[in-house]
Amino acid sequence: METVATQKVKQVNENQCQQCMPLGGVVVFKGVENAMVLVHGSQGCSTYMRLTNVEHYNEPVDIASSALNEKQAIYGGEANLHKALDNVIRVYAPKVIGVLTTCLTETMGEDLERLVATYRQNRGITAVDIIPVATPSYSGTQTEGFWAASRQLVAYYAQPTERHQGINVIIPHISPADIREIKRILGLFGLEYTMLPDYSMTLDRPYGGRYQKIPPGGTKTEDIARMSGARATIQFGVTCPDNLSPGLLLEQEYGVPLHNLPLPIGLQNMDRLVETLEKLSGRSLPDILERERGWLLDGMADSHKFNADGRPIVYGEPELVYAFSSICVENGAVPVVIASGTKSSRLTGLLATFLADADERPVILEETDFAAIDEAGFKAEANIAIGHSGGKFLTERRGIPVIRVGFPIHDRTGGQRVLSAGYTGTLAFLDRFTNALLETKYESYRELRKEEMGIREGA
Amino acid sequence: MDTSSVTAEGSACISERQNFILTTGKSKSSIHCADDSLAGSVSQRACVFCGARVVLNPVTDAAHLVHGPIGCATYTWDIRGSLSSGSEMYRNSFSTDMKERDVVFGGEKKLATCIDEIVGKYHPPAIFVYSTCVSGMIGDDIIAVCKAASERHATDVIPVESSGFLSGNKVVGYRAAAIALMQLIKPREGETVEKTRKLNFLGEYNLGGEKWVVERYLREIGIEINVAFTGDSTVAALKQAPGACLNLVQCTGSMHWVAMSLEQEFGTSYLDVNFFGAANTAESLRKIAQFYGDPEMIRRTETLIEREQARIQPVLQKYRKKLAGKRAAIYVGGAFKAVAIIRQLKELGMEIVLTGTQTGKKEEYDNLSTLLDPGTIIIDDANPAELEKFLLEKNVDVMAGGVKERVLAYKLGIGFVDHNHDRKDGLAGFDGAVRFAREVYVTTCTPVWNQLKAAGRRV
Repeated sequence: METVATQKVKQVNENQCQQCMPLGGVVVFKGVENAMVLVHGSQGCSTYMRLTNVEHYNEPVDIASSALNEKQAIYGGEANLHKALDNVIRVYAPKVIGVLTTCLTETMGEDLERLVATYRQNRGITAVDIIPVATPSYSGTQTEGFWAASRQLVAYYAQPTERHQGINVIIPHISPADIREIKRILGLFGLEYTMLPDYSMTLDRPYGGRYQKIPPGGTKTEDIARMSGARATIQFGVTCPDNLSPGLLLEQEYGVPLHNLPLPIGLQNMDRLVETLEKLSGRSLPDILERERGWLLDGMADSHKFNADGRPIVYGEPELVYAFSSICVENGAVPVVIASGTKSSRLTGLLATFLADADERPVILEETDFAAIDEAGFKAEANIAIGHSGGKFLTERRGIPVIRVGFPIHDRTGGQRVLSAGYTGTLAFLDRFTNALLETKYESYRELRKEEMGIREGA
Repeated sequence: MDTSSVTAEGSACISERQNFILTTGKSKSSIHCADDSLAGSVSQRACVFCGARVVLNPVTDAAHLVHGPIGCATYTWDIRGSLSSGSEMYRNSFSTDMKERDVVFGGEKKLATCIDEIVGKYHPPAIFVYSTCVSGMIGDDIIAVCKAASERHATDVIPVESSGFLSGNKVVGYRAAAIALMQLIKPREGETVEKTRKLNFLGEYNLGGEKWVVERYLREIGIEINVAFTGDSTVAALKQAPGACLNLVQCTGSMHWVAMSLEQEFGTSYLDVNFFGAANTAESLRKIAQFYGDPEMIRRTETLIEREQARIQPVLQKYRKKLAGKRAAIYVGGAFKAVAIIRQLKELGMEIVLTGTQTGKKEEYDNLSTLLDPGTIIIDDANPAELEKFLLEKNVDVMAGGVKERVLAYKLGIGFVDHNHDRKDGLAGFDGAVRFAREVYVTTCTPVWNQLKAAGRRV
C-alpha cells in the first residue's frame, strides 16, 4: 500500500489538520461529573481552547488558566497555580479539577505532580480531587490528549473493587449525539454500564435559561472507581496506542477483559458492537435495532450506484478516520485519500486489511497537513471529503464538498448534534454523503454531457 | 428576579476582582485594568501572540509562519474575516510544528528550513515569523534566523516577538506587531518614499470589506487611500506608507503607537477617526476634509453626508421604533469598539446598562464613564460568572461582544450582536450602521425569545 509521508518530507506544516494536546484533555474533563478544568500555562492557551469548544458545541465552556507571565516563566509557576486552584475552588466549587500542562509549562519543566501535592498539603484539601495530566503539544495532538486524560482518570480512581455485573464503555472524541445513541443501544440490551467520558449532557444542554458554571451530567467519579470491578470493557479505540489506553490499563491491572472495537459507525462496525453486546448481555438483537439494521441495508441498496461515483478524502482523528473509511468502503466509495494530522502506530495497518480488495489504492497520510491532503486529493481526482471544518479550503479552492463530522465544526451549526453512530446514525450519515454527491451531479451533469459531446448553442 | 442562586454554588465574584468592576456615579476609585489577569479566573483575554497575529494577518501577500508547537498556528489559522482584493496567501497558516527534539535541541535550524520551503514554494514578498511560548522559552534566536534568511533569499523575513507568556494582554502583542510593521516599512538606506496627497488608514482590517466602504467615500470627496494597516494591504503597498500626508487611526488599541512612530520617523501627522455608526462616520469624514482644507472637498463631503443620511435615517428610524428603551450590554476586546457601540445603541434609543472590555486602558475607561448614564456597570476583564450575574440583574435584552459571550447570552435567552474580528458582515460607514441596526433588531426582537421565555428559567 502506498503510504506517503509518515516521515514528512517537508518540515513546514501548512494549514493544520490537528489541534493541540490539552484540548483533547479539556473535553474529557468536561465529561466528568462536577469537574472543572485548569490549564497550566499562558492565558492564551485556555482562551483558544474555550473558543474552539464554544464554536463547536455552542455551549459556554469554562476553562481556567494559571495565566503565567514572563516572571513565572522564568521563576516557576507554583504560586500562580496555587492561586488559580484557590480561585477555581472558590468560584466553581468543583469535586474534580483536571490540571493540564501546556507547551510552556512542560518546557519550563514544571513538576505538576509535586506542585499539586504541595498544594493539597498546604491547604489541607481533601474534598477536591486534583488530577494532573501531562499534555505537551510538541509530543502529541488532541487525540493523544483525549486518551491521556481518560487513562489518567482511570489510573487516579480505579482501585481493587468487588466484581460487579456492569461493563465499561470508553469512547474517543465523538459528538454528544453519538454518545446518546450509543447509550440508547446499551440500554436496549439491558446492560448496566459506566461510560467514560460522558459529555452528552454537559456539552449539549437543553435550554434552561441559565448559565451553569458546571453543568450537571458527566461520569460520576464513584463509577470510575468501580470500573476496575466490571465484567468487561468495551473501548472504541482500535487506533489507541497501548501506553495511553484506559481499557488496557483496566485489563492489565485489574483483569477486566478488554473488547477493543472500532466506533459503531458503519454497518460492519456496528455489527461488531452488537455481537459483543449480545455476548455480554445474553440477549439477541432487539427488534428495534433489527429494524434499524434493515432500514440501513435498504438505504445502502438504494444509494449504492450513486455512492460508486464517490472519490472521498477522509481526514481527521485516527479513530474517526478508520470508522468513516469503513463506511465508504462498504458502500463502494473507496477513499482516494485517507489522512490524519495525528501520527498513529495502528491506522495504516488497520486500513491495509480492509482495503486489500480495493480496485484503487488510496494514499494514506499520517501526521500530515491540509497542503498535503489537498495535493493528494487533487491528483487522485477526489470529489467529496469527510472531516472537520479544517477542510474548508477543499471546497473553496477545489469545489469539493465536505461532509462535516468530527471536531471542530465551527463554520456550520450543530456540530454537537452530528449523528453517525449506530445503524440509524450510519444511515443518516450515508444519506448526507449520497446527497452531497447527488447535489454535485444534478448541478453539473447537463453541462458536462454537452461539453463531452462538444454541443454548443445553436450548433 | 431571583438572583440568589447566582451565588449559591460558589461566589460569582472573586473578591480580588472587585476593583475591576465599577458602577458609574457610585464608585470613587478608578478601575483596575492594567493588572494581569487573575490566575484561575476564567478570563476572556488571549495572549501576546494572538494580538500580534490578528494585527499582521490581514497583510494579504505575506506568509505567516508560527515558530512553535502546532496549537498556536491551528488556533489562529484564517482567524479574521479580513477580505483581500488580490492575494489569498495570508489565509494559509504555516507552522514549524516544533516537536520534542526541537524543544530539546533548539528549533532554529528547523525554522530556517521552513522559511526556505515557503520561499521555494510561494516566493512571498515577506514572511512574518512569530515567536511563541516555546521558542521564546528555549531561547531560539529568531532575529538572527530571520536576518540570515532575509539575506539568503533577498526578501523580507520579519521576526515578531510574540511569546505568549510575555503578557496575557493582547495589547502587548499589538506592540510586537507594530514593531514588525515599522521594520517592514523602513526604507532602505539611501531610499526615500516621496510624499503624496494620499492618506494611510491605520487600525482598519477590512472585515467584511469595511476598508472598501471608507475608500469609496474618500474617493468621492477626492482622497485616495495610500495603504491600510493592515486590511487588504500588500507588502509593496505598506512600504509606500511613508508617502502619505496623513494617518487616520481607527482601532486605537492596536495602532496608536504606529501612528506616533510614523510621525516621528516621517513627520506624518495623524487623526483619530471612527467609521462605526452614521454620526461617527459623518464626523470622521468632516475631520478629514478639514485636514485637507480644500473648500471644494468640504463641499463634496457635506453633499455625501447629506445624501447618505437622507437615505439611511428613515431605515434607522424604523429600527429605533422597535428598539427604543431596550436594555443593552457590551463586552468587547477594546475600548475603541465599546465607545463606537455605545454611541450607536444610544442612537437607536437603547439604554446601556453594562459595559466592559478585555484590554481597555485607564483613560479609556474614564472616557467610557462620561458616555454612560449613572448606575451603569463597568467591568474590566470579566469572567462568565460575573457577566451572567450582571446580565440577569440588569435584565438585559441584548448584548454585543465576542464569540465566547454569544453562547452565554443565548443560554440566558438574551439577544447577541457579533462584534468580533471573525464577523463576515461589514459594520462600517452609513450602510454598516444600517446593517448594525438590523442585526440588533433581529436578535433583540426575534420571536424565538418568546418561546424561550415561555419555557421559563430552570436549571
